[in-house]
Amino acid sequence: MEKCIEVRWHGRGGQGAVTAAKFLAGTALAGGKNIQAFPEYGPERMGAPIQAFTRISSAPISIYCPVENPNIVVVLDETLLDIVEVAKGLSKDGVILINTLDDPADVRKKLGTKKGKVYTVDATSIALDTLGKPIPNTPMIGALVKVTGLVSLGDTTDYFTESFSKKFSQQILKGNVEAIKRAYKEVRGE
Amino acid sequence: MKNISKKRVVATTGNGAVAEAMKQINPDVLVAYPITPQTAIVQDFSQFVADGAVDSEYVTVESEHSSMSACIGASAAGARVMTATSSQGLALMHEMLYIAAGSRLPIIMPNVNRALSAPINIHCDHSDSMGARDTGWIQLYSENAQEAYDNTIQAVRIAENKKVLLPVMVNLDGFIISHGIEKAEFIEDRKVKSFVGERKPFLPLLDVDNPVTYGPFDGLGGYFMEHKKNQADAMERARDVILEAAEDFAKISGRKYGFFEEYLLDDAEIAIVTLNSSAGTTKHVINELRAEGLPVGLLKLRVFRPFPAKELAEALKHLKAVAVLDRALSSGFVGPLFSEVQTALFNLETRPKVINFIYGLGGRDYTLHEARKAFEELMTVAKTGKIKKTLGYLGLKEVEVLV
Amino acid sequence: MKDWRANKLMPGAIIPKGGTAREYKTGGWRSATPKWDEEKCKQCLICWISCPEGAVLVKDGKVRGIDMDYCKGCGICVAECPFEVIEMVGG
Repeated sequence: MEKCIEVRWHGRGGQGAVTAAKFLAGTALAGGKNIQAFPEYGPERMGAPIQAFTRISSAPISIYCPVENPNIVVVLDETLLDIVEVAKGLSKDGVILINTLDDPADVRKKLGTKKGKVYTVDATSIALDTLGKPIPNTPMIGALVKVTGLVSLGDTTDYFTESFSKKFSQQILKGNVEAIKRAYKEVRGE
Repeated sequence: MKNISKKRVVATTGNGAVAEAMKQINPDVLVAYPITPQTAIVQDFSQFVADGAVDSEYVTVESEHSSMSACIGASAAGARVMTATSSQGLALMHEMLYIAAGSRLPIIMPNVNRALSAPINIHCDHSDSMGARDTGWIQLYSENAQEAYDNTIQAVRIAENKKVLLPVMVNLDGFIISHGIEKAEFIEDRKVKSFVGERKPFLPLLDVDNPVTYGPFDGLGGYFMEHKKNQADAMERARDVILEAAEDFAKISGRKYGFFEEYLLDDAEIAIVTLNSSAGTTKHVINELRAEGLPVGLLKLRVFRPFPAKELAEALKHLKAVAVLDRALSSGFVGPLFSEVQTALFNLETRPKVINFIYGLGGRDYTLHEARKAFEELMTVAKTGKIKKTLGYLGLKEVEVLV
Repeated sequence: MKDWRANKLMPGAIIPKGGTAREYKTGGWRSATPKWDEEKCKQCLICWISCPEGAVLVKDGKVRGIDMDYCKGCGICVAECPFEVIEMVGG
């Protein structure tokens, strides 16, 4: 059986976790992979904790249930660490990527798990610098691409420009691409 | 992305795939009333209308009872008509569903499966479509976005065939499929257009040179029972028509469909029978269990009405034990799919032991764990030849019941 | 479809021709019969408009009588006539 990469996204309503989950899937599909992306449907209010999932595989994906043992966990909001068990079910060789100013070693203490490898990036500051808004989803994608190598940086920025060229102004497109690239550079590991 | 063929490979939700199929079918009339989780279908379609991508008359109504009524009127007038619904919406249409089928109107309706209240719940189960079992509609079920798209296109050919003339409901799982994004392949517009052709209505109401009456009274001295028998015969004829449509569809899509899909069933000793998305998760677990050397398989039913009893019995008869999964409840007896499967197997000389699991009500997750549990129970039944409990539940929480 | 009869089943119980009510003579239902007085009639045609069965016979703009094949004896014409030209009689 081909290995299926499973990603779980933690965020708050409005931070773009669902969009990020879908965008990552779209990028992988453009690269010829099989994909799935779906949110967990619950209280979809601004600020409420939410989860979303992405699956990427070379083989067709037939599994239709939430991700229970993610290979990758992405946390868009560090305040969630206090209220959500983000490392739940993480596979041994998994990756946790967190949007925070802190070092991976400090975050490790908070997580209370020895599993996986922890990475951090200050996605909120990057978003404020490049977009003028604290929406951390695009920089988190940049960091994820660097850490996992699931898709290439070039494919990601190309697909972003292609997907959103009708929706966003040239300026916002550029800002997002810049955010992806900066996070790609700035992400830190243990 | 390299463009290997003219087929479009896209990342789409189940609802998006259904809406795309509807756009390519380009019905004369689309009747819309929103309900979660179906809303995105009619919403996407309203955009197609606004963009001029379709020629359809888009009719907004004040309830689902009205939407099915509008479908009936437009279809009798001679139009190709579609609508979409879910859950309470389908329930509100209930009396009109019989009139659509009894008047032999080939209306096409995707139904995005959702639980019925109470308690209020917007998530997936099959209580809605199972409640419409006896309305006279053909019912197709779809594992994923691709199948929902493919079934919607085939539904037109099945419904409008002169031997059939019955409405078709295309079911897909709410949220799990309707809102999840996955890979699907869309056929070229022109191929879909030629596959569905034009509706050639039988005695349309708007043919003013040849006046006809629809919906007459047919009382005690009349032929009501004969008309019902005639309608049931049409449902019987639909069997061949469904297979013919599938054969032609394979030519334009490369994808094969039948009454059901058999997954590693030939050499299996135990198997699960189920509908819709749970089949995919079950396949995944079958792959894992097969790697452990266990003889497990799956039968995923696609056509629920007409029910392919003979073929299903033939496909299951060699098994030691079968578990039928029901995402709906018939309080006071077993699950609705279980009843059908057991009836289909009853007259076999030797037949597998059959057990029933209720799962996934109100969107409760059917995970790899639940599928494994069903297979574990099946292994015990196969080994001992005895059924301890006919009806069980998967994924039920342990709770204290007060009254 | 000229040779269609009710025992020739159509899908959906469609009746494939118009004007079939003509074949259904409702006059047998009658328990009272309207009697129209040609002498007193002012030819206002209110009875013709009011009759639910279309049983008032009119030719060249004038009432000529009542068609007993279709008159159910409901008495609406009697109630509506402003000049008391029609009365109900037994049978």
